[in-house]
Amino acid sequence: MVSVQSIANTPSSLTPNDLPWIIDHNEERCTLCGRCAAVCPVGTLKLTYMRKRMPKLVLASSERGSSYKTFVGIRQSTEISKRCIGCGTCSMVCPNEAIRPLPNQARDRFRFLNTQQGEPVKRGGRRNEPGPNLLDRIIFDRISMLTDPALDAGRHEFSCNTLLGRVLPPEEYVRRKMAGEWIPPVREIFPFVIGSMSFGALSPNMWLGLLQGVAYCNEVLGIPVVMATGEGGCPPWVLRSPFLKYIILQIASGYFGWDEIIRAIPEMQCDPAAIEIKYGQGAKPGDGGLLMWFKVSKIIARLRGVPEGVDLPSPPVHQTLYSIEESVMKMIQTMSMAWNFRVPVYPKISGSTSAKAVLNNLVRNPYAGALLIDGIDGGTGAAYHISMDATGHPIASNVRECYLDLCAQGKQNEIPIFAAGGVGKNGNVTRNGMALIMLGASGVHMGKYMMQAAAGCLGSEADRCNVCNIGLCPKGITSQNPKLYRRLDPDLVAQRVVDTFMAIRTEVKKIMAPLGRSQSLPIGMSDALGIDDKAVAERLNIRYVC
Amino acid sequence: MCRLALKTASKPFSPFSVLTAMEAMQEGYDGSGLGLLLRGLQFADYKYDAKDPILSGIAHSEAALARLDQIMDKAGFTLKYDHEFDVKKEMIEAKDRFKYVLRIYKMPTAWTKLAAAEKEHRLMLTRLALRQDGEAHDDDLTAFSLWPDVAMIKEVGWPLGVGEALGLDSGRIKARVCMAQGRQNTNYGINLYACHPFFIQGIATMTNGENTAFVPIKDWLTGRGFPGYIGYQSDSEVFAHILHYVTKQLKLPLETYKHVITPLKNEELANHPQGDFLRGLRDACRRLIIDGPNAVIGTLPDETCLLVMDAKKMRPATVGGKPGEWAIASEMCGVDAMIPDRDRSLDFQPMREHTVIIPPARQELQIWSQFNRLPIPQAA
Ligand code: SF4
Ligand code: SF4
Repeated sequence: MVSVQSIANTPSSLTPNDLPWIIDHNEERCTLCGRCAAVCPVGTLKLTYMRKRMPKLVLASSERGSSYKTFVGIRQSTEISKRCIGCGTCSMVCPNEAIRPLPNQARDRFRFLNTQQGEPVKRGGRRNEPGPNLLDRIIFDRISMLTDPALDAGRHEFSCNTLLGRVLPPEEYVRRKMAGEWIPPVREIFPFVIGSMSFGALSPNMWLGLLQGVAYCNEVLGIPVVMATGEGGCPPWVLRSPFLKYIILQIASGYFGWDEIIRAIPEMQCDPAAIEIKYGQGAKPGDGGLLMWFKVSKIIARLRGVPEGVDLPSPPVHQTLYSIEESVMKMIQTMSMAWNFRVPVYPKISGSTSAKAVLNNLVRNPYAGALLIDGIDGGTGAAYHISMDATGHPIASNVRECYLDLCAQGKQNEIPIFAAGGVGKNGNVTRNGMALIMLGASGVHMGKYMMQAAAGCLGSEADRCNVCNIGLCPKGITSQNPKLYRRLDPDLVAQRVVDTFMAIRTEVKKIMAPLGRSQSLPIGMSDALGIDDKAVAERLNIRYVC
Repeated sequence: MCRLALKTASKPFSPFSVLTAMEAMQEGYDGSGLGLLLRGLQFADYKYDAKDPILSGIAHSEAALARLDQIMDKAGFTLKYDHEFDVKKEMIEAKDRFKYVLRIYKMPTAWTKLAAAEKEHRLMLTRLALRQDGEAHDDDLTAFSLWPDVAMIKEVGWPLGVGEALGLDSGRIKARVCMAQGRQNTNYGINLYACHPFFIQGIATMTNGENTAFVPIKDWLTGRGFPGYIGYQSDSEVFAHILHYVTKQLKLPLETYKHVITPLKNEELANHPQGDFLRGLRDACRRLIIDGPNAVIGTLPDETCLLVMDAKKMRPATVGGKPGEWAIASEMCGVDAMIPDRDRSLDFQPMREHTVIIPPARQELQIWSQFNRLPIPQAA
């Protein structure tokens, strides 16, 4: 037996079989072009010279038993920091279909060791919970066909927009209108909103592509899509462009980018769609944002008003404020005032059992324009596993509870609730979004879905890729490195944005038509929902079907 | 499918003539029930003062009737006339109808000095108290309306048969306005309250078609906290409540009703003289936007009658007649049967933007379009 010391055996030693992704390399097909190794974002692939023993049968004792041959081959690193992330970029560039990552069918041992140097696991992307989620199981079962001619999704006109902004109770609206008083601003928007992803988290090309697509949806197709910036401001040229009206500007606890925004106000050609005040995020409730130093490029530094190449953490809470009540009140008022009360201002919070308390606070604030609740399935640029996987509240019951609470007060039309967190995480974006709308949301925000649908993000719930946090995005979506983001053509992203929204619009009609709805978005039409789970049906107050 | 008929005439007529007219439309409906609302009443056996409130309902047992008396007594109403229908019991499907109530009361003297709105509120609360009392006693008491110059009948069975069973053919009751609907709510369980027309504080509507936006509308109306916004055994009840909300709570002109239930599109509002006001109104009343194919026929306390369609005009309805006498029906043959001697070329079928209004004078039809200017003050 060989002595233990002569083999690599530390507590953290792994074999390829212990990793989440195992490289399947076909030496026969491989022409050793080296592209895979060059492109691998984490440097797991080694294209190196290796030595091979050539055994020979020798009878004479004077001769050596074996000779050796050198050859070139590709191997997978088992180093923890260089483990394969399954992105598949190697397959994409391989001209010979000789390499691909395969998910480890056995339970990997890697997860027990991914705490090197005492740093818990972090990643970007998603929650990694494969399989259908609750929203994927809701069906629309109130088919209007017994008594009436059905609507035709292809022929009839459908009004499927929603409202963002504080809506007055009708009595108060009529009174103020007659008296010529202030009416809170309200935007009519498409109910599927591109959720907040910062210019900083996203590459300039990704951002430009999204914006171009959004502008095309609005100006050519008449689909009033809006998109939200994350924290960190907005490129100066956009702030002074007519496209600003399609943009929801986010202010978060680091206030990054707001110097630039405030300075641009006098020069703005139009008002932004809305202002989102971020208090929390579904993927990592109670955690501030973090833009790692390698993402803080020259332009990002300029936008955020910071030096280049430093970590940019945002605190978990808005530091200047004493309580959420005070914060909501002061910030909403301040932001409203900045645009002379012409722009809806609303908070974004993480899904939580306390969401109702925030909502009731907003109900009493006459300037609050909406509430966005981001559920536990929400995505992010960077977060600890523990925050992403185990902290937060699923969106469906949270939204439902809040909506029913508003109904009890008769205020469901006054404060629109927007829902986010896992909308379309398995590709069923319209289905998920419409289910939330019928549970009571006025609209939904989607981030990950847009990255996947519009830019081909490689991430999946099976922990594929998900390295958005380290600036090495192989698709150039979440990187500030020009070598990487030049891979992404903004025009093609724009085209995909348009494809996506056209498809969502058609699907929305295909859901509304059989329900006999065409005149208004079926917000709160819970009588049309069914699910094959009694407990869920009871909790959401919808029909149990089987 | 429902079949609807409304007749309004300056000279009181027997409601039985409207029931006969409904026979003309029988092909399309299941005739599972009758709902009838009468205004401008005239009794052969009693000289009626149109200011006195009339209670309409059904007492299903002697005890229920006694409790009804108690409640009315306690509220301070004095019975002036108790209309005894010539009931042919064997012709009625239901076997538990103790008494069809159609009683005329004198308003409580304590109310004399009250403002009109307060009186109206108290009338509604009294009706609701009767209804709740019935519901608390196994539904043995049904109260359809309590209002001056309004009588209502709702019953299960073939409409003409129900009319005969209640002796409506005798001509003892006549009215200037008659709304009739020929179907029980067979989509759901049979419930007398679920039968059209629906009534609240003098306002009544009946509808054909399905209201697919029912649940969100109901949720919103319920949230008003207004005691009369209850019931909703039928998805069509909300049409009456919305009309009530627009005219009585928002105090907007009748024409606004159409803008609330089927608002104009953005591009249409952009060219409307009050587009800005209407767009805001659409947002504020967003939960009252109806959906699905509907024709809504309504009447108001002053005997104004109206007809509006859904936003896609997916249901038929025709209005026709001559000065002094008009009819609205879901089928043209219904209008023919009610007013045969009219100039048919003047019949009108409203389109999606129209509100047909027959003012109390009954001299002409007013056809009002949503694209017209609304009669509201300039500030708006
Ligand atoms: S799948 Fe991605 S991480 Fe894995 S070897 Fe290929 S390129 Fe590298
Ligand atoms: S492709 Fe880019 S954006 Fe998508 S998961 Fe990978 S690193 Fe993140």
